[in-house]
Amino acid sequence: MVLKIHSGVKPETNEQLLLRGLAENDAKAIETIYKDNFKMVQAFILNNSGSYDDARDIFQEAMITLYEKAKSESFVLTSQIKTYLYSVCRRLWLKRLQQMGRYVAQSEILEETIAVEDDIAIHEKRNADFAIMDRAMNSLGEPCKSLLESYYLQKKSMHDIAADFGYTNADNAKTQKYKCLMRLKKLFFSQYNIGE
Amino acid sequence: MEDLQLLDAIERYLNGTMLPEEKKYFQQLRRNTPEIDQMVVEHRLFLQQMDLYAGQKELMHSLNEVHNDLVEKGDIYEGGELNTKGHVIQFWNKYKRTIGIAASIAGVVALGISFLVTQLSPATTKSDLQELSRQVKELNTKTNVLAAEFKRNPKIPEKPTYTSGGTGFLIDRKGYLVTNAHVLKGKGVVVSNSNGPELSATIVYKDDSTDLALLKIDDENFKPVTSLPYAVKKSNFDLGSEVYTLGYPRNIIVYNSGYISATAGYDGDTASLQISLPANPGNSGGPVLNKNGEIVGILSTRERQAEGVVFAVKAKGIYQLLEDLKKNDTTYQNIKLPASSSLKNLDREQQIKQVQDYVYQIKVYN
Repeated sequence: MVLKIHSGVKPETNEQLLLRGLAENDAKAIETIYKDNFKMVQAFILNNSGSYDDARDIFQEAMITLYEKAKSESFVLTSQIKTYLYSVCRRLWLKRLQQMGRYVAQSEILEETIAVEDDIAIHEKRNADFAIMDRAMNSLGEPCKSLLESYYLQKKSMHDIAADFGYTNADNAKTQKYKCLMRLKKLFFSQYNIGE
Repeated sequence: MEDLQLLDAIERYLNGTMLPEEKKYFQQLRRNTPEIDQMVVEHRLFLQQMDLYAGQKELMHSLNEVHNDLVEKGDIYEGGELNTKGHVIQFWNKYKRTIGIAASIAGVVALGISFLVTQLSPATTKSDLQELSRQVKELNTKTNVLAAEFKRNPKIPEKPTYTSGGTGFLIDRKGYLVTNAHVLKGKGVVVSNSNGPELSATIVYKDDSTDLALLKIDDENFKPVTSLPYAVKKSNFDLGSEVYTLGYPRNIIVYNSGYISATAGYDGDTASLQISLPANPGNSGGPVLNKNGEIVGILSTRERQAEGVVFAVKAKGIYQLLEDLKKNDTTYQNIKLPASSSLKNLDREQQIKQVQDYVYQIKVYN
């Protein structure tokens, strides 16, 4: 779903740059967005029976949602980052409160929020996939886990990996990587359903 | 191994590093062999998932780093004294000079006062607390028997007489361990984890005022670890949150769990926190982890009068220790504390399995 253009506010090009930075995992962009928006979210969560840790969790969750959005090719900025993050955090937190069985007083909405349900649904699916990969990775054990992380996450060359792990040559490291990869794929696909 | 080569080819085909002729041949093969075609489709999906996983993992890491940074700088307030620290820094930058002059006057006065206080005050209240380091005399016989089984480590003396001991944990891949300063009542240190031989270590830094110390394993049998599963938490934590510890009150690793019962330590000490958890001599220096696998403290003392009242130095102290160290010596610039935990969402048993190899028994001799 395409978000409606936020009332009267023209998206600034500066925000576009920040979002592109976020999509590329640029530390400076992340820091700027973090600094500009965290306090507002923290205040909201603390005022609604959350803790400092909750605020951190929820805000980072929203940042990941924004990151996923910024990364997708079809992404068009249709609201301010501030409005977007606030809306996602608000939705996520109210949802969590409900899950904990707390009574949520739906305050009359004085703040501007936008519809983010679709994005959150996509994010939740993404989170589930992430958790499957994470569990599969973590149940691999060592040295498989570190070996695959070096190759697929840190993008190191087989040559460097062989040196790091003490294999005598890159071919032996490759054989080991293959065995680990097969195990990982098996673990991953036993949880992940291709059919859906 | 044929399968290996096939998968290797698929991977090169998918990431576009295949040569044109090879690619042509491979596409032909794909068309003619449904099994291989299926493998390519499956592997593409897998690699996509892997890429997304890698991206998100990296982002989570950056987010945590940025967060901790902003807390440190005082841009984010998380309760407690952290904020004041941020303000202090800002304040300091503003009034550096004036403070300098004032501080030197204050320093002289304070020295005079503290001299008077130490002269006049009654015996210390320290005896209310019991340090959890362990008298390891009884260990000597056992370790001597064990030592005979292992190949002798030339750096460790033939028959060391251990004077004290405790627990420590790795904070850096290259063998830096954190423990309590009071654990180290001697010059030489031997460390071992639950499945390795004894390794020699040196004392890098020891600060009795914060009761923290840094050790470096300098043994050739020590292999740098690839990554640490836990993070060291800089910011504050919530009263009542669940914590656990691993340590060596005996010769094997022992697990215990409890909760944070106060956010300040003995006598209002804000650098530590109070935990309700069973601990014994030998637990000193052990990591205190929360449910997300983040280290929140270093177990240090317990109250003699009360059962289950234990104090831990806040993990923030480790950051300060490193800062102090880096100021004085550039060789330690590369020590980097693990900022994100890969243990989140794992159940306790899994967490322990991953953490225990990085928790070491520490024995000290003269």
